[in-house]
Amino acid sequence: MEGFKLIKQGAESKLFQGSYLGVPTLVKDRFKKKYRHPTLDDTLMKERIKAEVRAILKCKTVGIRTPTLYLVDLNRRSIFMEYFPYSVTAKEFIFNANESLIEVLSHCIGKLLGKMHANNIIHGDLTTSNILISNKQKIDIFYESFQNLELILIDFGLSHTDSTIEDKAVDLYVLERAILSTHTTTYNIFTGILNAYKIENKNYKEVFNKLEEVQARGRKRTMVG
Amino acid sequence: MVIAIGFEGSANKLGIGIVKDGEVLSNCRRTYITPPGEGFLPKETAIHHRQNVLKVLREAIDKSGIKVSDIDVVCYTKGPGMGAPLATVAIVARTVAQIWNKPLLGVNHCIGHIEMGRLITGAKNPIVLYVSGGNTQVIAYSKKDTAYSLSNDPSPGYNIEQLAKKGEKYVSLPYCVKGMDVSFSGILSYMEEKIESLLREGYTEADLCYSLQETVFAMLVETTERALAHCESTEVLIVGGVGCNERLQAMMHQMCLERDAKLFATDERFCIDNGVMIAHAGAEMFNSGTKMKWEDCFITQRYRTDDVETTWRED
Ligand SMILES: Nc1ncnc2c1ncn2[C@@H]1O[C@H](COP(=O)(O)OP(=O)(O)O)[C@@H](O)[C@H]1O
Ligand SMILES: [Mg+2]
Repeated sequence: MEGFKLIKQGAESKLFQGSYLGVPTLVKDRFKKKYRHPTLDDTLMKERIKAEVRAILKCKTVGIRTPTLYLVDLNRRSIFMEYFPYSVTAKEFIFNANESLIEVLSHCIGKLLGKMHANNIIHGDLTTSNILISNKQKIDIFYESFQNLELILIDFGLSHTDSTIEDKAVDLYVLERAILSTHTTTYNIFTGILNAYKIENKNYKEVFNKLEEVQARGRKRTMVG
Repeated sequence: MVIAIGFEGSANKLGIGIVKDGEVLSNCRRTYITPPGEGFLPKETAIHHRQNVLKVLREAIDKSGIKVSDIDVVCYTKGPGMGAPLATVAIVARTVAQIWNKPLLGVNHCIGHIEMGRLITGAKNPIVLYVSGGNTQVIAYSKKDTAYSLSNDPSPGYNIEQLAKKGEKYVSLPYCVKGMDVSFSGILSYMEEKIESLLREGYTEADLCYSLQETVFAMLVETTERALAHCESTEVLIVGGVGCNERLQAMMHQMCLERDAKLFATDERFCIDNGVMIAHAGAEMFNSGTKMKWEDCFITQRYRTDDVETTWRED
């Protein structure tokens, strides 16, 4: 890939940044994982590219901001998509922002996820690394106010679009675990998210009840040395 | 300087070890071996531990070359594990602590494996994959001084490594990774349901073991990789009985190569349950000022890793 440079290695892919048809582009390359059986690797790579594309498009139709897709190439194991040059991950944001901004962020994330679930989209890998915060004014300023910032949901490789209450609860549970393992703010981010989730998903009660079950199951799993 | 003695007996291994500031002075062990094909049961295992514990204790003290009065703290496995064997060994630890007039500390078995792994590998802030017959977890220590278990699900617990080596044909099996969590229930019920027809289709038992192992380990490695990425860590530590599996280590090593991370795997002597790991983890707790009241020195069959406050970690 000429002119593209590696900018990151994510949880399962390498991310290259460059220009495609004259626009800033990010290439998400699900490179071959030599550690796993080639048949398994191939199946997973294709499944995930398809899942990612499907969910990104479905999100767009319901008004959730996701990267615009430019090119999908299963043979090259790659998705070409819109690159957000003036962005940080929610994780970085939380590390750097003050409490009140984190509170606003949690609120925005909650609404976003409520809407996503109300439309039966399950993300499958909700972490603060998979939410981007982009400055619409095309400047690298993030920690002053939330005014010009927008949330972009990314990394839909583990997503699916036919969903049950259980799936939604697990989706939130995965996020809760991810937050606990990285963030130690005094403000309770996850509670903030759940409060705002209610606004957009009218079935929140069912989801929250299920979430309690899933949490209890997680707590109860016995360990036998 | 801290000298600690550790008593471990949560499963079929009875181990007593003595450490002095991370240096192993003795590491003695007896394994309760059951007839082939039979698992170990709590009652028989407890009897085995009871019959051997004093001999092993004598051995551990003699080998270490220290006097009982040099010991600073007595540590024992508080859980998780099987009730009766845990209790048998804990009673002995409690008794000697009283006779010797030393403080007593209960240690989480999984934390024991992890701290031991960190000690012998020198890993600083690794993502830890804990895999033993009964239990699998990916663990990231958080900055909030609590060990968070990112996932925790019963593993198949089959010793299939040897048979898997003879397998050749790969059959696709259900693969389930949810964020940093894995679930093996799908793959196990699929196996139960399909095993007859797969064998009829010409797959051998070895093929099935091979495919099962490839799939399950791929899930574990992927989950670990996700935790590495999210926690921005570059170190992986594998501990626990299944951690000795060569195929798992090879796969993990390959994954680490592909992202410039470093794999630490502890060797057989320490992957397997032992008393030293309890002594070492207990010594860390002791050093950081942890004290336990006598009435808190009970045992618990269920004990989550994230219930432990990691007071001894500075990062
Ligand atoms: N469209 C994008 N614009 C800018 N940065 C991005 C974009 N997509 C991904 N990234 C960055 O790359 C990282 C990894 O991308 P992601 O899609 O999550 O891959 P993975 O599945 O490998 O984790 C993200 O956490 C983010 O920092
Ligand atoms: Mg990601």
